[in-house]
Amino acid sequence: MLQYSLKRICLALLVAVTVSFLSFMLVRVSGDPAFALAGENASESELAMVRQQYGLDRPVLVQYFDWAGRALHGDLGQSPYFKEHVVVIIGHRLQVTMILGLSALAFALILSIPLGVVAAIRPNTWIDRLALGLSVFGQAMPSFWFGLILILIFSVKLRWFPVSGSTSWRHLVLPTIALGYYGIPAFMRLTRSGMMDVLSSDYIRTARAKGLRAASVIFKHALRNAIIPVVSVVAVQLGFMLGGSVVIESVFAINGFGLLAYESIARADLPMIQAIVLILSLIYVVLTLLADILNALLDPRIRVS
Amino acid sequence: MLKHLRKMSVVLMMAMVMLVTTGSPILASKADDTLRFAWKKELETLDRYFNTAREGMIVSRLICDDLIYRDPVSNKYKPLLAKSWKWIDNTTIEFELRQGIVFHNGEKFDADDVVYTLNFVSNPDNKILVQRNVNWIKKAEKLGPYKVRVLFKKPFPAVLEYLAGNLPIYPNEYYAKVGPEGFGRQPVGTGPYKVVEVDPGKRIVFKKNADYFKASPKGQPAIGTLVQRTISEMTTQVAELMTGGLDWIYLVPTDQAEKLAKVPNIKVLKAETMRIGFLQMDANGRCGDTPFKKKEVRQAVCYAIDRDAICKNLVGGQSRVINSACYPGQFGCSQNVKTYEYNPVKAKKLLAEAGYPHGFETDFYGYRNRPYAEAMVGYLKGVGIKANLKYLKYSALREKTSANKTPFIFLTWGSYGINDISNITGSFFRFSKRDLTHDSQVRDWLEQGDTSIDRKVRLDVYHKALSKIADEAYWLPLFTWVANYAFSDELNFAAQPDAVPRFFLSTWK
Repeated sequence: MLQYSLKRICLALLVAVTVSFLSFMLVRVSGDPAFALAGENASESELAMVRQQYGLDRPVLVQYFDWAGRALHGDLGQSPYFKEHVVVIIGHRLQVTMILGLSALAFALILSIPLGVVAAIRPNTWIDRLALGLSVFGQAMPSFWFGLILILIFSVKLRWFPVSGSTSWRHLVLPTIALGYYGIPAFMRLTRSGMMDVLSSDYIRTARAKGLRAASVIFKHALRNAIIPVVSVVAVQLGFMLGGSVVIESVFAINGFGLLAYESIARADLPMIQAIVLILSLIYVVLTLLADILNALLDPRIRVS
Repeated sequence: MLKHLRKMSVVLMMAMVMLVTTGSPILASKADDTLRFAWKKELETLDRYFNTAREGMIVSRLICDDLIYRDPVSNKYKPLLAKSWKWIDNTTIEFELRQGIVFHNGEKFDADDVVYTLNFVSNPDNKILVQRNVNWIKKAEKLGPYKVRVLFKKPFPAVLEYLAGNLPIYPNEYYAKVGPEGFGRQPVGTGPYKVVEVDPGKRIVFKKNADYFKASPKGQPAIGTLVQRTISEMTTQVAELMTGGLDWIYLVPTDQAEKLAKVPNIKVLKAETMRIGFLQMDANGRCGDTPFKKKEVRQAVCYAIDRDAICKNLVGGQSRVINSACYPGQFGCSQNVKTYEYNPVKAKKLLAEAGYPHGFETDFYGYRNRPYAEAMVGYLKGVGIKANLKYLKYSALREKTSANKTPFIFLTWGSYGINDISNITGSFFRFSKRDLTHDSQVRDWLEQGDTSIDRKVRLDVYHKALSKIADEAYWLPLFTWVANYAFSDELNFAAQPDAVPRFFLSTWK
């Protein structure tokens, strides 16, 4: 188990380094950041000043290794846009996104697991079809569109919730639903298929033959095993929700990590982009690593293979 | 993808309009005397000298004052923090300052503040972002407690324009103590509103400055509280406006503005701005041996495009076709130059004379308002010019232009709100990397105009330069831009050509 974990950690670190290098190069080849930093009206001398000020006049590789060296010492640099350390800004924004991501994940799990269980217990009935329909709908509907539909119905027409912002729990209801809905199909289908497999297994038949109550068979014996694949997907989905919250944050004017990433690209805030990519890739890597280790703990076959 | 999202948001916008027109009434903020407004951009700092955004200008004019104020209606320069001014010579101007003015933190305003601010911002070591606004200042000197002298590096006739909106005066003691970072988070000025709360990236709260000096040409602020919110998605802004969460939004896309105009209790204003659009052609051959080196080809392009139709059908509002390489309201912007009406037959004839009877193919670069560019591509195709539209981000386009790779560009320019022709012609016809013309005669005329303080001389040489630009068809000036504003009909709001809303002039009905 230790050997397996070490191997996974090494691979994870390699992924993080590769991602940071690629993102650094991609941002540089997309154009001279000085043009974006200096503004539309900047003269040639102002551009030269900006290049010199931010070290953009040095070779790209030198810039990368300089950044990487400082990053290893925990210094991810200062944002030329905000004139503040990127870690401070990201820290604030990540909190908001974490709250949103975790509440969306909770919403998705609360809705999808019971739905998946019921769909598995009553296959090919109207409730199974309804669950399937919701699943298809969730995957097909862009979150941007869904967010605006929620605003249209619950804010503009019914006036139940505020349109945008993040100052109270009421502000988070609609974005949580919009973001969480995206995760429902994956959880629900995994729960449904897992439950169907488990329900047809011998030990469930034995449990039923022993006269156990239906609820006990389903929740105590079947769901515990059926939910294992869901556990591993939860970690990955949380990563998706944190990274993919950009659209939801934009629609609901939530000043989070996703929106920061999007806007930093638009304004060529290079230290911020680098830090975001690095942190996001580390979050992904850690979540995936945790999922791998958890899977290995739950299923010995993975460790052996 | 973005285009797709935009289309979807327009559909939803229509649905919102239908719901609101049949639903409950909009709440107004008149009752709590609070004007709530939003914009998309997150301001990195509230220090005017360290951001380049229009929104920075809006905030600065609310909380700070300049030495001079340009009346947005009459365009006349009026004393603001300065009581009067006097030209000493071509490179020196003296200001008598008002007495009895205090900054929001209680610091007294005097000559030290003016000298400190102007010397700080003009010092290149302090690296303020828009150097053009300050690089003409040699130094500022204190002549007395309320008297200062400003010396220029060379004659600079547009000085009053720059001092009337782009050089806010800061409190010297406070600024020296907190620096640009501290000031950017908690700015202090003498202006009609003071900042009482800053939640970075989310909102700024302003309160009326009850002690604002009575003689200010800006007038006295009428609305008690202003709350600015940052909302990056326009459809969300629209929903907030419809539900009473906001009272004012701007830069609304034309299609959405048209829908909003149908909503009860919301007023839509499509006001002309100082931003103009134009086609720039490589007359100088910077990009190699392009057809645009020939005057007939450039003129053919000018005759090929129906600017009136694009202006009326796509831009709309108060937009108008222009003929000179500047915004018509700017000082020196004569419109009395050669004009090019829509005449595709003449365009084809000119192309044939230039040796292109079957037209030619060229890359056509742009960075904003794609539908306008697509319409122009269609018109050019009609006379045989196959323009391959290449859309880039502005920074990438600028880089390509610097590398001599853009023979034909659709550009716009807002002049940074400077109501003087020198801002636009100086940027594009005085041999900078943006200049695809490199006409030394035009450059010399412009240099003369940009450095003479004799108004008559300036008007004369600018007219000569603009006439030659039009005769040679170096540019095809297109039309003025509009800014679409949408706001509660309880609010009195007037738009200005620089698209900088002056909420200190707004009142409740």
